[in-house]
Amino acid sequence: MSSFFHLLFRNRLATLGAVVLAVIVLLVLLTPLLPLQNPDVTATADRFKRPFTEGHLLGTDHLGRDLLSRLLHGTRLSLAIGVAAALIAATIGSAIGIVAGYFGGRIDNVIMRCVDMLMAFPYILLALAIVAALGPGLMNALIAVAAVNVPFFARNIRGIAVGLAGREFIDAARLAGMGHTRIILTELLPNVLPVIIIAMSTTVGWMILETAGLSFLGLGSQPPQADLGSMLGEARSALISHPHTSVVPGIMIFLIVMAINLLGDGVRDALDPRLRSGALSRPRATTMVDRDSPAPAPTDDLLAIQDLHTQFHVGERIYRAVGGVSLAIKPGECLGVIGESGSGKSVTALSVMGLVASPPGVITGGAVRFQGEDLIGAPYEALRQKRGDRVAYIFQDPLSTLHPLYRIGQQLAEAIQSHDRISNAVARTRAIQLLKDVRIPNAEARIDNYPHEMSGGMRQRVGIAMALANEPDVIIADEPTTALDVTVQAQILSLLDDLRRARGLAIIFITHDFGVVAQLCDRVAVMYAGRIVEEGPTGAVLDAPAHPYTKRLIACVPELGGGRRVLAAIPGLPPMVDRLPPGCAFAPRCDKVQEGCRAGDIALAGTAPRAVRCLFPEEEV
Amino acid sequence: MGGYVLKRLVSAVPVLLGITIIVFLIMSLIPGDPATAILGSYATPENVEKLNRDLGLDKPMVQRYFIWLGNMLTGDFGRSFSLNRPVLDEILERFNATLILAGTSFILCAVLGVLAGVVSAARQYGLADKAITFVVLIGISVPSFFLGMMMILAFAVNLRWLPVSGMYAIYGGGDLPDLLHHLVMPALALAAVATGVVARLSRSAMLEVLRQDYIRTARAKGVPERRVILGHALRAAMVSIIPVLGIQAGFVLSGAVYIEIVFQWPGVGRMLVDAILKRDLLLVQGGVVFVAACYVLFNIAVDVAQSLLDPRIKT
Repeated sequence: MSSFFHLLFRNRLATLGAVVLAVIVLLVLLTPLLPLQNPDVTATADRFKRPFTEGHLLGTDHLGRDLLSRLLHGTRLSLAIGVAAALIAATIGSAIGIVAGYFGGRIDNVIMRCVDMLMAFPYILLALAIVAALGPGLMNALIAVAAVNVPFFARNIRGIAVGLAGREFIDAARLAGMGHTRIILTELLPNVLPVIIIAMSTTVGWMILETAGLSFLGLGSQPPQADLGSMLGEARSALISHPHTSVVPGIMIFLIVMAINLLGDGVRDALDPRLRSGALSRPRATTMVDRDSPAPAPTDDLLAIQDLHTQFHVGERIYRAVGGVSLAIKPGECLGVIGESGSGKSVTALSVMGLVASPPGVITGGAVRFQGEDLIGAPYEALRQKRGDRVAYIFQDPLSTLHPLYRIGQQLAEAIQSHDRISNAVARTRAIQLLKDVRIPNAEARIDNYPHEMSGGMRQRVGIAMALANEPDVIIADEPTTALDVTVQAQILSLLDDLRRARGLAIIFITHDFGVVAQLCDRVAVMYAGRIVEEGPTGAVLDAPAHPYTKRLIACVPELGGGRRVLAAIPGLPPMVDRLPPGCAFAPRCDKVQEGCRAGDIALAGTAPRAVRCLFPEEEV
Repeated sequence: MGGYVLKRLVSAVPVLLGITIIVFLIMSLIPGDPATAILGSYATPENVEKLNRDLGLDKPMVQRYFIWLGNMLTGDFGRSFSLNRPVLDEILERFNATLILAGTSFILCAVLGVLAGVVSAARQYGLADKAITFVVLIGISVPSFFLGMMMILAFAVNLRWLPVSGMYAIYGGGDLPDLLHHLVMPALALAAVATGVVARLSRSAMLEVLRQDYIRTARAKGVPERRVILGHALRAAMVSIIPVLGIQAGFVLSGAVYIEIVFQWPGVGRMLVDAILKRDLLLVQGGVVFVAACYVLFNIAVDVAQSLLDPRIKT
């Protein structure tokens, strides 16, 4: 609760709203005690006095009544009526909602049908019909506004009550022999109450405005009694000659509604956990770059990741997702990058083309060179032209990575047309050919499917087809087979392998599966806590892992036909990358750990092509 | 597609019936004798009795409802005593004016609101975003009737750019430019709040969508950023914006009542308020049922638009 208020009042606008509202409420509460003139005493000789005249701070209205006094009394009335309407609507609406949610079944069905019908009206029509039947008047306006808002509460509270009614504590109360009324009042109501109060606080401003509106139309408070709406309504006829009589009540309504809006927004933001983490910020077109050191010198590799550092800046915390990774790949080569979830392998891959979500992602050091040209910090257009054209991606879950509202043909054609000015007809023909290349049967018909109309394996083939669209030099495949079942996985892997051999593609294959690496990759790099701990030719690393982590990781893989054995799970969890220990990040989980391991930075060392980042490796490399 | 439209239309029938039942029940809340309420306390007993017979008030309630419903279905909404003409004729004429006003405002709020939301999201925390957020906050906090009055002061009285009120000039005019000239202020005043609400929602819908994986895919393909925002992201965001547009249409229709009063616009809203003040209950009853029915049909159109946009909705 205190953290809620802390969040709420850290929001300056919400605080402003709270202050304005508090001042108005205080003024209104004190109104009877203030030395004000009688709001209803007319003095036709003093009509339409301008503001700041002697004795009338805000001037007088068309009957010579003191505007300040009328304003405060009117505000008092408007607030009272609005709050009363909110209370009535909340009480009746919640009662209906709780009954519907608690009893369920047919009762629920009938009640909610009625609520739906009430909600089918534009709100004012219902209010007007009620006022028409009951006759104009403040009380009738109050009834109308309350009645119009009952369905809103009924529907919201019913949703909560349905969820609660199925919970164990309600069952327990029933088994204990409690009656329905008692269960609702003592068990259900206390749990629903906070929701009712929040719903009320967000609608009270609205109800104040609605009653003011009805009074403005002449259907609410009747002369001489005035609320803010009827003040404005009466002033309307003198709008052009004496605007101050309209402006004064109008600004008061505006202030009240704005203050409630600001406060309401603050409450909602403070309650919404997504906003707390700052996750609702838009990723920019490219990852932010903030390098403090010059980029390393170019190499003659096709694609070289050099001492890459990528961090996530969330509030005060800095997560070092990638802490100095270097990888290189040549044409036709397949490099596997393996590691547990959170080891930084995906972030490394996304950093290449500046696709790390930013904020919070920042590339803080190193370089990514494609044919010698540094892509980190390259202008957006230069990067965009290479994205999908020279370096293409295949992502993990194609249901979420393909756009749900575009046909796959459109998505494929777009990939081509973003780099190649060709007609839609030609693009479509090429798209069909791509689908055939990835062995999608019946490609001519499939091209008009939406992603949700295809199976997981088919969708992943589409993902691969999209990556192949512009015949790129490098494909970065980020766990492309993880979401698929084994037979489909095997098909996709052999497809990728064929394409690589046929087209001379370089593939960076990111996975947590050693089986996949063994099948496809020439070389493998093992990542842990944002760094490479071992790399070398696939066969050598698998046969004789040098880093204890690699060895343990391989030992975790169950073997077919290996009989039952104890799977050697690695105890503990990978470290949080916002507070990495000095020295070896694996030390806390390593059974060979010694004093020196925790001392300082350990270099990636060995004789090419192998290297390991360990003081006491399992094998000398 | 046609099947889906038909299905939605059929499902609207109970809602439309529900609307008539609710209006009927509300109208039976009238304290005392409805005929006296309609004709006023100075009515002669003969007239009261005649109206009672005409309205079928001597019959049981259920029977009365079905007579009323049957009459409406055949286009007989009764006769307005204050205007001395058939209720339906008056409604149709007034509804035309309301449709012009509310329709324009609705289009304004949809176009401006979505545009503002997209710009705001695309430039999150930038100057444009802050400016839009500020204007939106003001917009959703000013009651439309007050905003309308202030606009009259500013643009009609002080700057003399636009006419104070009405739908057409009294002398001459009557053509489209004249209508547009009169339409600008009321349409903008009416659209303000809804535009603010739509802008807010569009902004958060866009921010939500821009974090999705398929946006990253689009960027990874090398799709230009403008197309990522206006194509991929906006299209997906529209899925959550369209239902809100449907709700806002109801608020625009409601707000039209105030705006029609402020700008002397000859629409249904003003007709209803006048009818209530004159206790012309048949006119109120007919007007409410008619507008509510139109709103239900409009919402079906919204659902159909949604199904056209989102292929995942089973049609």
